[in-house]
Amino acid sequence: MVEIRLKKRRGEFALDVAFAAEGAGVIALFGPSGCGKTTIINLIAGLLTPEEGLVRLEGVTLFDSARRIDVPVEKRRIGYVFQDARLFPHLDVRANLRYGESRSPSGPDRIRFDEAVELLGLQALLARRPRELSGGERQRVAFGRALLCNPRLLLLDEPLASLDAARREELLPYLERLRDRLSIPMVYVSHQFEEVLRLATHVVLLRAGAVVAQGDVVAVSRHRELRTIIGTEALGAVVEGEIESVDAATGLARVKVGGGRLSIQGEGLAPGRRMRIQLLARDLILAVEPPRGLSVRNCLEGTLASLTPEGGQTELAEIDIGGAHLMAQVTSSASSELALSAGRRVWVLVKTVSLRGRVYSAGPLPHAPAAQDGPRSDATGAGSRSL
Amino acid sequence: MWLTDAEWEALRLSLSVTLRSVLVSLPVAIVIAWVLARRRFPGRMLFDALVHLPLVLPPVVVGYLLLLVFGTHGPVGGWLLRTFDVRVAFTTNGAALATAVMAFPLMVRAIRISLEAVDRGLEEAARTLGAAPLDRFFSITLPLMMPGVLAGAVTAFSAGLGEFGAVITFASNIPGQTRTLPLALYTALQLPNGDAEAARLAAVSFTLGLLGLAGSELLARRVRRYLGA
Repeated sequence: MVEIRLKKRRGEFALDVAFAAEGAGVIALFGPSGCGKTTIINLIAGLLTPEEGLVRLEGVTLFDSARRIDVPVEKRRIGYVFQDARLFPHLDVRANLRYGESRSPSGPDRIRFDEAVELLGLQALLARRPRELSGGERQRVAFGRALLCNPRLLLLDEPLASLDAARREELLPYLERLRDRLSIPMVYVSHQFEEVLRLATHVVLLRAGAVVAQGDVVAVSRHRELRTIIGTEALGAVVEGEIESVDAATGLARVKVGGGRLSIQGEGLAPGRRMRIQLLARDLILAVEPPRGLSVRNCLEGTLASLTPEGGQTELAEIDIGGAHLMAQVTSSASSELALSAGRRVWVLVKTVSLRGRVYSAGPLPHAPAAQDGPRSDATGAGSRSL
Repeated sequence: MWLTDAEWEALRLSLSVTLRSVLVSLPVAIVIAWVLARRRFPGRMLFDALVHLPLVLPPVVVGYLLLLVFGTHGPVGGWLLRTFDVRVAFTTNGAALATAVMAFPLMVRAIRISLEAVDRGLEEAARTLGAAPLDRFFSITLPLMMPGVLAGAVTAFSAGLGEFGAVITFASNIPGQTRTLPLALYTALQLPNGDAEAARLAAVSFTLGLLGLAGSELLARRVRRYLGA
């Protein structure tokens, strides 16, 4: 259980946030730059002191203004991965990794050095100096260093922001592995919604120092506040469901989504695996009668839950597919022609191809012992790089 | 080139005095540099000026002030004499003290500059990894400011070898005890046929200077490589 309540004033900027999440998932702090994300994690780490607040992890209070508790940074055991890695330049990778390890209490559940090295693929880098590493390698070492200090919580401050798209793509699978294999809760700061989609179990939407929405990815993806941050173009409802079957010949996997099924493509898809799929609102097509003779693989039957004008000439339709909710953008003229209104029975058409790159793993492969996964052929990584 | 026993003596003494002065002042200079770079307190400007005073005062004045404080009748000198039976003025240690005080501002300056260049973010990172303040200083800050510490030590050593006014005023010109190279050179110039000796001593000083420069350059390169810059 991660419980955070923070109040901090800095000149004109006032931060007042509270969030909590169960278990060891990834709490994503998402919002436009300047909304106070980094300030929040600096406050959690103790590098800044809030005027008022509470930081409690698994029942251990690290800060509580009411009870005058303020555990010093060095005793909090909160791993911090900085945006710029901040490796110690005078130490080689091995000594960097050991730095926190040798300064933290050993425990039965702490991650071992070899385990961390294997998990992050650092074997070949151990004798190198930070200046001899690429940006992505540096971040991986920074992950390892933070992990090895036996942390109660990991803070990640836009760890991928300084990397190009290819490096980012290379690192995301490692982060997914950390999420799926370790029982360490993480707070992940990002202004890339795609990273949030891939990693988060709990999303906290921030604007101007305040929490505007929070919840799981599925709920937050439909929140109207998200629209103002990522814009309508990138807007899309997120659904989660288990893979029911995989067609060996076509490679298509059937995922149960609410009362319907979606066909998705990708590698490493296996029955039982929980997937997370984002359906962009602008990619969905609505029909008011069962369509026939189309190439579209996915046709989901549902009820139009609401129709919201979006300024200009478009409307945003929300469709209930037996419990799962989708959003579709339709032009106002189409809407009036089809006489769309709440409660109307509709069919949602989704091209499998349009889901390319928007299918993510929502957790580890069931029953498969995770420790056997290789770094690159890792099922988690492959699943999220679906075609 | 052959040196007389007295000249060897002066050379040996110079090296010994300067080495002592550097070794003793280095830890103090690191602390003072840290205070000046990292602490904000009332009177910091004044303290800063005080540290830099030897740079702007005539060396003879510094020697005189040292006599006032560390002389056998001075507050500190008298106390040292009474309590530990230690004499500073007119001794080899006195020469080292005078040398240290004169070179101190240069040393502090070099160290402070490199300390100010140390990325505080790295110290923060060390902190989140469980390092307490002193631990942080010795494991992160000090190694990273090492170029400045070495530069400060080398500069102080080179400057110290040439210290004249403060040494002769505070420690006098006693052969074998406080007659360092510059003092020996000065003494030789006072003698009717000391020209040759003066030339030899000048050549020795010259060689030492060159060696010092080369040595510091080599050292700086090694340290840079070590730090991965």
